Amino acid sequence: MKTLQEIAEIRKNKREELDLRVNLKASTKEKHILVCHGTGCTSSKSPDIIENFKKSIRDNNVDNVKVIQTGCFGLCAKGPIVIIRPEDVFYSLVKPEDCEEIVKTHLIEGKLVERLLCKEINDSTVKRLDELNFYKKQKRIALKNCGVIDPENIDEYIAFDGYKAIEKCLFELTPDEIINTIKESGLRGRGGAGFPTGKKWEFTKMAKGDQKYIVCNADEGDPGAFMDRSILEGDPHCVVEAMMIAGYSVGANKGYIYVRAEYPIAVQRFQTAINQAKGYGILGKNIFGTDFSFDLEIRLGAGAFVCGEETALLESIEGRRGQPRLKPPFPANSGLWRKPTLINNVETYANITRIILNGAKWYASIGTENSKGTKVFALGGNVVNTGLVEVPMGTTLREIVYDIGGGIPNGRKFKAAQTGGPSGGCIPLEHLDTPIDYESLAQIGSMMGSGGLIVMDDSKCMVNIAKFYLEFTVDESCGKCTPCRIGTKRMQEILQKICDGKGEKDDLEKLEKLANNIKRASLCGLGQTAPNPVLSTLKYFREEYTAHIRDKFCPAGECKALANVRIDSTKCKGCGICKKNCPVGAISRRNKTAT
Amino acid sequence: MAEENYINLTIDGTQVKTKEGMTILEAAKSVGIDIPTLCFLKDINEVGDCRMCIVEVEGRKGFATSCIQKVEEGMIIHTHSPAVLEARRVILDLILSNHHKDCLTCSRSGNCELQNLAIKFNVQNIEYTGKQSEHTIDDLSPSIVRDFNKCILCRRCIATCKNVQKIGAIDCMNRGFDSCISTVNNQSLRDVNCTNCGQCIEACPTGALREKDNTDEVWKALKDEKKYVIVQTAPAVRVALGEEFRYANRYKCNRKNGNGS
Amino acid sequence: MPIGTNVTGKMVTALKKLGFNKVFDTNTGADLTIMEEGNEFIERLSENKNLPMITSCSPGWVKYIEMNYTENLKHLSSCKSPHEMYGAILKTYYAEKNNINPNSICVVSVMPCVAKKYEANREELSNQGMKDVDIVITTRELARMIKQGNIEFVELEDSSFDEPMGEATGAGAIFGTTGGVMEAALRTVSEKLTGNSLEKIEFETVRGEEGIKRATVTIGEKEIKAVVAHGLANAQKIMEEIKSGKADYQFVEIMACPGGCVMGGGQPIKSSKTRMTVDVRKKRADALYTIDEKSVIRKSHENGVIKKLYDEFLEKPGSHKAHELLHTHYIAKEKYNI
Repeated sequence: MKTLQEIAEIRKNKREELDLRVNLKASTKEKHILVCHGTGCTSSKSPDIIENFKKSIRDNNVDNVKVIQTGCFGLCAKGPIVIIRPEDVFYSLVKPEDCEEIVKTHLIEGKLVERLLCKEINDSTVKRLDELNFYKKQKRIALKNCGVIDPENIDEYIAFDGYKAIEKCLFELTPDEIINTIKESGLRGRGGAGFPTGKKWEFTKMAKGDQKYIVCNADEGDPGAFMDRSILEGDPHCVVEAMMIAGYSVGANKGYIYVRAEYPIAVQRFQTAINQAKGYGILGKNIFGTDFSFDLEIRLGAGAFVCGEETALLESIEGRRGQPRLKPPFPANSGLWRKPTLINNVETYANITRIILNGAKWYASIGTENSKGTKVFALGGNVVNTGLVEVPMGTTLREIVYDIGGGIPNGRKFKAAQTGGPSGGCIPLEHLDTPIDYESLAQIGSMMGSGGLIVMDDSKCMVNIAKFYLEFTVDESCGKCTPCRIGTKRMQEILQKICDGKGEKDDLEKLEKLANNIKRASLCGLGQTAPNPVLSTLKYFREEYTAHIRDKFCPAGECKALANVRIDSTKCKGCGICKKNCPVGAISRRNKTAT
Repeated sequence: MAEENYINLTIDGTQVKTKEGMTILEAAKSVGIDIPTLCFLKDINEVGDCRMCIVEVEGRKGFATSCIQKVEEGMIIHTHSPAVLEARRVILDLILSNHHKDCLTCSRSGNCELQNLAIKFNVQNIEYTGKQSEHTIDDLSPSIVRDFNKCILCRRCIATCKNVQKIGAIDCMNRGFDSCISTVNNQSLRDVNCTNCGQCIEACPTGALREKDNTDEVWKALKDEKKYVIVQTAPAVRVALGEEFRYANRYKCNRKNGNGS
Repeated sequence: MPIGTNVTGKMVTALKKLGFNKVFDTNTGADLTIMEEGNEFIERLSENKNLPMITSCSPGWVKYIEMNYTENLKHLSSCKSPHEMYGAILKTYYAEKNNINPNSICVVSVMPCVAKKYEANREELSNQGMKDVDIVITTRELARMIKQGNIEFVELEDSSFDEPMGEATGAGAIFGTTGGVMEAALRTVSEKLTGNSLEKIEFETVRGEEGIKRATVTIGEKEIKAVVAHGLANAQKIMEEIKSGKADYQFVEIMACPGGCVMGGGQPIKSSKTRMTVDVRKKRADALYTIDEKSVIRKSHENGVIKKLYDEFLEKPGSHKAHELLHTHYIAKEKYNI
């Protein structure tokens, strides 16, 4: 148990010690080797890298160097990433066997290991993290501590203003003042739908009930999305603290975080964070000597996409089959065990402490008119810099894809960007300058979603993409309501038919009719948004569908059943190599003039 | 007596005053408007799964679920707008697309809520077709036969077994298109905690749940001249058997036209 | 025909048309059950043993307790259910009296219940290798047979159950609704205990739709507390009371189906729309109470057939012979046979 005084001391001392993490000019003899220990880099052997660094430092008797595991730095395409601070040197694609060289060359000889420096798309070599184009247009609020602190060390979190926001809330602010701050900040739900967070808190506070609950939705399920995972892996305490603030504001003393079991590192880090906070008396009874008590528990999800839907998530926490409930009543009035419950997603919580400490005005100054703050995206697909990016709302898609993402690799052309995962839509080239905010994305038939952003180049068939997302929904539909259970299956069957070259004239009309009715008639958000990938591709890439159906031709060449290889007879020399190599004997030799 | 709160709303152009706490379905019924339902079973299964009862509420994006959603002051509701009718028809088509349509040999033919809807919606062809679920029929129980090829996943049986009877012998298994109602470990009803009470049959809108039919054995005994067949009838049979028979049409006609109206 | 129409006469005519050799009334069996069960209750009461006693005529309920409250099986009455008792008597007393080879008798029960199909197959419910009841069909199946027999049911004339075994009382009729067994039993138990004729034979406190009905009945100098529960969720509540020793009552009636047999799993299926607007249970139950009201004899122990049966064959309720033919035992069962 620590007193407020003791925590303040930890903050002061540790902050001085860690100054080199954020201050290039820190005057210290110490060096910290930061190694990304997120899921991506872990699977590329970052734990071995940490071990090798430690061993090498020992073997070479290097003093004043610490090896620190951190959360995600964001530029996953270049992982595993190693950063040496205070000089901020950025080594990319590091292998365990490179550690010895980095220790000898960089730490002992004081020279850069040139070959491991990061290369930009124009081949210029970049030395420091803040010089990378990838980071230039980013603004890290939710990810502020990711890649800076050791997520498994509560003192490091405290050093960077950790648990200062809850202290401020408990001693300086009333619950109403906190809620007003959140409302004024303009923060909206980062799970995808964008409901004003402050309002949600207010509804839960106003709801009558002897017991209330705080829930964190960490059931991130969109294909390719890993924003929430990265926050939990890189800065778990900020979610713990935010949930406490939420508990204090709405009058709840118990919180649950629902994390999917497929996120073992996130689960372990979050559990560590809970244990540490309990050890310090930050979580538990009468926190900091006040009347406020708060307890936090992890609930593991078994990986059903629908459990990301808030009411299905509640069902699952209660131990039942993960199926959505009809709304209204909303969880704010009747949630977990039918008690008033506040549910926010991880990224939403990750903004809370910053808003409390820096003020609503500061937060509201970032972003657009109706979408404030920043948004984290998991940038993936056919883009050079795949990874985790956090940008102010209002940044255009073009900026994300080209300036941050480094553009499309392999000399191909941009075709579409998909946001919102299986609930979102495909955005074509003509809308690339759309500023990212809730309304603009909805207007062009997509949605913000939780933050998956997948870039597709011109080798992708949009019918096939639509089919891919629909297959996902068909697999993940809970089966409760008819339109989603059978309707999505029938849509997928029609798309399969089209991709197989068996599409018929009225298929598109049937598809659209079905899609529109599923959208309006489904019970929960999953079904209501499931047709979006189809509807948006029908809107922007209709000619591709028509080509499949009318011409039995797949313009992108992805649909094998429609592949049609043509030989340019003016160039053909008749060498016969293709004929010799064709596994199915589809090529025959003919008189050239006959074609 | 506490004064009851009333709510004013408009249903299909008619001003309606209803008690607070009523569902849209009930409010519509109170003014003689019938909204089709399928999974709804009053007090037992009020979950909004099938989506047949959807209605349009002005100002709302999606359709409202009339069997559960409560009336609100000033609501303007359309229960039979073209959009609602189309959506209901699509939903019905979807249900029918995954149903073994062997009505001719079904014990519920003529008393089937799905069949009635198909008649009502003038279903002469099914627009959306595709893969059909295939299930083996469970007829091992001495009392109850489960034929999930006819199941429409309304879950009225689950609610009855789990909530009314507190047995929970059946529940939903798998998800999405593969969802089905099953028992622990997908065993026969014979081998699980089913009490054979048959309340699930009473709840089933289709022929997915039915009694084990023993009439053939009775016919066989009646035919056997060596057998002395005695029948006995339980008290409750005599006050319900009549419900299975309709007065012939002429009776009705006579009654209707008899007064020369 | 409207819900809750009493079609006894037409039903009997239809059954005769279908070719059954004899058409009898399970209500007679119900009267027999009351004689045995009433006697069993009086015995237990005087010995203060295995109280409360719980009725055992609902086979779904019996299977439920055998699976879920195995330590409380002793509370169940050992009486077979009415149609099983009746079957046993038909294959012994009736066969002997009418010179019919019991092996050639096929007893068909028309029941509002699908659990009765399971019950008829229970090994305990047989005598000398003969099943008490051979085939059970439900109300719905009978309707189908009548249609199959091309019988225009609504136009049928009325006829009566066959003599001499067809006589039944109003007490037997109300077996078909929740509270009915209790009421029938109280009529007989009261008169047996006090030796006086009841002034008012209706026990209204045990009637009605409430899931658990509790009544205190004064019989002579004794106060008997009775509980009626229907629907297994309510049965569970009562069993928890008994299990935890909180039960201060002596007699319990439990029916597996909410509403009792009138709402049994073998009854005509009502659509959701009908169930929304019509109180099906009440209509059917009211019809049974009307039958009772209109009956000349309304107490089981006054049934002439039953009296004669005891005089000629069974001696007295609870006799050795009665035990052999009319009583059974229960076996703890596993919930899952996997």
